[in-house]
Amino acid sequence: MTAVVSLQKVAKHYVRGAQRVEVLQTLDLEVGSGEFLALMGPSGSGKTTLLNLIGGIDRADQGSVTVAGEALDKLGSRALARWRAAHVGFVFQFYNLMPMLSAYQNVELPLLLTNLTKAQRTTNVRAALALVDMSERQAHRPAELSGGQQQRVAIARALVADPTLLVCDEPTGDLDRAMASQILDLLEMVNRELGTTIVMVTHDPLAADRASRRLHLDKGRLCAAATELAA
Amino acid sequence: MKFIPLIWAGLWRKRTRTILTLLSIVLAFILFGVLQGVATWLNGFGAGSHTNRLYVVSRISEIQPLPSGYLSHITRVPGVRQAAQVAALVGSYQQPANTVVVLATDPRAMFALYPDWRVAPQQLQALTQTRTGVIVGARLARLYGWRVGDVIPIRTSVLKNDGTTDWSFQVVGVYDSPDQPLEEDRMIANYEYIDEARHFERGTVFAFVVGIDDPSSATRICAAIDARFANSADETLTQDEKEYVQGQIRQLGDVGSLVNAIVGAVFFTLLFLTGNTMTQSVRERIPELAVLKAIGFADGSVTLLVLTEAALLCSAAALIGLLTAAAIFPATAALGIAGTTMPARVYAFGLLIAVGLALISGLPPAWRAHRLQVVEALAAR
Repeated sequence: MTAVVSLQKVAKHYVRGAQRVEVLQTLDLEVGSGEFLALMGPSGSGKTTLLNLIGGIDRADQGSVTVAGEALDKLGSRALARWRAAHVGFVFQFYNLMPMLSAYQNVELPLLLTNLTKAQRTTNVRAALALVDMSERQAHRPAELSGGQQQRVAIARALVADPTLLVCDEPTGDLDRAMASQILDLLEMVNRELGTTIVMVTHDPLAADRASRRLHLDKGRLCAAATELAA
Repeated sequence: MKFIPLIWAGLWRKRTRTILTLLSIVLAFILFGVLQGVATWLNGFGAGSHTNRLYVVSRISEIQPLPSGYLSHITRVPGVRQAAQVAALVGSYQQPANTVVVLATDPRAMFALYPDWRVAPQQLQALTQTRTGVIVGARLARLYGWRVGDVIPIRTSVLKNDGTTDWSFQVVGVYDSPDQPLEEDRMIANYEYIDEARHFERGTVFAFVVGIDDPSSATRICAAIDARFANSADETLTQDEKEYVQGQIRQLGDVGSLVNAIVGAVFFTLLFLTGNTMTQSVRERIPELAVLKAIGFADGSVTLLVLTEAALLCSAAALIGLLTAAAIFPATAALGIAGTTMPARVYAFGLLIAVGLALISGLPPAWRAHRLQVVEALAAR
């Protein structure tokens, strides 16, 4: 299995007031193509920071981060933005949809950065909305949708540009159990049928159980006890 | 074009705030359009002046009378084709607010000097034969419903020999001036009648209108007329029509500076208002802008989105304001202070100001959006 994500000796710190907080410490990680990885750990363990580095919205202090064949630390801000548009889909805990745009327009957003024609964009948006079973609600604004429906739209937005990697930060953290289960079903389906690599941060062991591999982070280090569920 | 829905959505996120800001900008541009239009119009006043007409007034002051006897001296100056003396009688018709101006002159010479004023030859003939006759401007005639044959009482402050200040004139004709409708608000009367009937300032005029054959000789003729009366008790100042008209406008004050000061203060205030709106709008959308960056919008693209929002808001409001100003501008003509159409340069200048307003008010929030760190913005949510 070729590695889609490869982190070598990655370190990251933040400064809070006068305090220097080491978030990640010489961390190595590889995520194979088509893998569904769950990152778990207590609050402050560095899960989201690691996810941000993989998604290219933050930079490591040390080490190298290579995702989809691109060394992210070598890319400038503009190139990194272009790379994100082409290779990464983001799913956030609080959906982060544009409140004034319809579900359709939200899903179309990443495609505005491509050279696709309006007709091609329409085809892709409709396909993505159909995939998450939201075709009927495409004209609705986020405020008119339930939490689960908003997260489905967010997943459609993340998938519409056919990314190499789906980065999910607590995607079920704001949902009830039934809704969360549906979203996890959807992520499993995307991973299984589209072959999209998924890296998901979660506190929820039930959510992590859906992943093909689980990793635990503690104080910025990956714990040895990783559970391999699938090859 | 494909980003328009996104920009539009950002703009209307807080509908009430956007509408109020829009209205403020619209009102500012209405004020700008009307005031600037009046100032531009006044500055250009006299642009269509006849270069073959000169005006002779007192060098001391335009209200200082000159001896009517100067007329024969002026007509003898080489290059002068024709001249007419002008005295004015200012009064009111029926109501004190209904101000009218009676120009006391040699009617034949006057209408020859102003070929744009169209009058029937028989009416002009009637005026020369009717001592108390008057030819009224078409605008005045329409305004007060005057017709040929009517006798008009005019109340003035000019004392007559009989001890009264009420003057009466018989309408013998109506003139129009299609190219200069504002000039249709005068009454042309016989100088002899008014001069002989008034008790004070007899034998004087406030100006002479001089017709010349060769406009290129205007400067020489002006100098020659003034030289003829140099060192006399009543020295003259002779100007071509454009200078004379603009001099009269300058008496109103420096309209341009006044307008610039008012408009400048309004736009300066507006800058804070628009800037505050844009800043608030961006502050509220920080997580959304962060998400845009996360999904691949570059820093420059997000900056451009914010600036375009400001530009759209300001230019749309400016356009509405300027079009409204253009619609109400003819009212200034009715008041007699400007023309019937707003000068085109006011639109261009206004839209330029709108772009400047958008840039200045949009740049700080756009820069904030530019520098926005995705991770920090999402963490703050």
